[in-house]
Amino acid sequence: MGQRTPYYDTHVEAGARIVDFGGWDMPVHYGSQMEEHHAVRRDAGMFDVSHMTVVDLEGDRVRAFLSHLLANDVSRLKVPGKALYSCMLNEQGGVIDDLITYYMSETFFRMVVNASTREKDLAWIRAQAKAFDVTVTEQSETAMLAVQGPNAREKAASLLSPEGREIAMGLKPFCAAIIDNWFVARTGYTGEDGFEVVMPLEGAVPVWDRFVQAGIRPCGLGARDTLRLEAGMNLYGTDMDETTTPLESGLAWTVVMKDDGRDFIGRAALQAQLDAGVPRKLVGLVLLDRGVLRGHQRVVVEGVGEGEVTSGTFSPTLSASIAFARVPAATGDTCQVDIRGRLLNAKVVQPPFARNGKACIDI
Amino acid sequence: MSNVPGDLKYSKDHEWIRIEEDGTCTVGVTDHAQAALGDLVFVELPEVGSTLAEGDACAVVESVKAASDVYSPLTGEVTAVNEALADAPELVNTDAYGEGWIYRMSLDSEGEVEELMSAEEYLALLEDQD
Repeated sequence: MGQRTPYYDTHVEAGARIVDFGGWDMPVHYGSQMEEHHAVRRDAGMFDVSHMTVVDLEGDRVRAFLSHLLANDVSRLKVPGKALYSCMLNEQGGVIDDLITYYMSETFFRMVVNASTREKDLAWIRAQAKAFDVTVTEQSETAMLAVQGPNAREKAASLLSPEGREIAMGLKPFCAAIIDNWFVARTGYTGEDGFEVVMPLEGAVPVWDRFVQAGIRPCGLGARDTLRLEAGMNLYGTDMDETTTPLESGLAWTVVMKDDGRDFIGRAALQAQLDAGVPRKLVGLVLLDRGVLRGHQRVVVEGVGEGEVTSGTFSPTLSASIAFARVPAATGDTCQVDIRGRLLNAKVVQPPFARNGKACIDI
Repeated sequence: MSNVPGDLKYSKDHEWIRIEEDGTCTVGVTDHAQAALGDLVFVELPEVGSTLAEGDACAVVESVKAASDVYSPLTGEVTAVNEALADAPELVNTDAYGEGWIYRMSLDSEGEVEELMSAEEYLALLEDQD
């Protein structure tokens, strides 16, 4: 038996197929992964993400600490509640984790990190925080739900007080606020509008049923994976890890290397990689022949070299197979993928594949 | 409860086998298997004319989440494949024992049929696995 979130019994009662996900017993779907996927693209779905880790950082020098810890630049966070997506790197420029940091006040920032990396993240953050006198507190007495889809905000906000509802509906993208004792962020991992809600453990379980009554469909990790892949969002441990840099993971946009001397961990290694030329890149693939792209399939780029699919699936929105692949930097707009010994043709594209209910690429 | 028609034979790998009047065998995956796989999005069919030994991985059924092999329950030659699955793999989900059939083969070794399970035996296997 793995670790369980407060909603475990709720999932089982709802008929979920439970799988092991990084040591957690989590729902993969409640009947049809495809229908759950479409519910999020077209209406509203919710995911139990209580396995994710909320870490609060407090201290007078917390901003300076994060400026050192993260490859993205927290000086971009100017308004309380604003969120920033970033990689946390090791000295070699490898990705320890990707995470979201929320600016609450000058002495208080909140982070949400991946479940599978919880222990190494906390150890790393605590080790780095010492020099800055920053207190690191894991919030373990919380539950977390992601409600996603074009109608998700409206439906979820119906549970709030009239005042709370107004604040929630007024949140700008990638911003958060404390509302009615909930931490409500207009963020997500699906390419649709929505909220991620962190709430106290006490009283968290009935919220699930109230969201269902509000017309939000329970969705499992299966749909979460196809939605994030369509949306062009990386999965830690699959699309990047400690052996790959953000520059070869499609995440250069999250790295700030301005000429201001900001000394973040991994900067020297990234600079060296830039100077030498980044050898590989993470691209999107659309399979032109029949089949399904899957992680670890071999990619062949004629005249250039080889690469590997990092994540692959069938895209319910595009009705085609899509993937991320790490390939040589000189890769052009076509390649082939070795699927069970046959080389099938794929088109190289710039993710995202689909967001906001629509395809983002022509196939 | 899974649908397990009484007139078919079954393999431990969750294939069903129908012995046709002309002596050939039609093969598909069971209702239990399609439910476990989830929404199918692709079926890789064997080639007509290819020779299969019992236990050979001869087709692949892929759902959104994963790929699974189909193992030939018998020894023989592939005589037909269900081309309709190329455009409509979901037929395996909606009609596993009918429109969702996968391939047809000759039966080269009659004795192998006796090794297959009856509906009752297959149902017992499913109960043991639950």
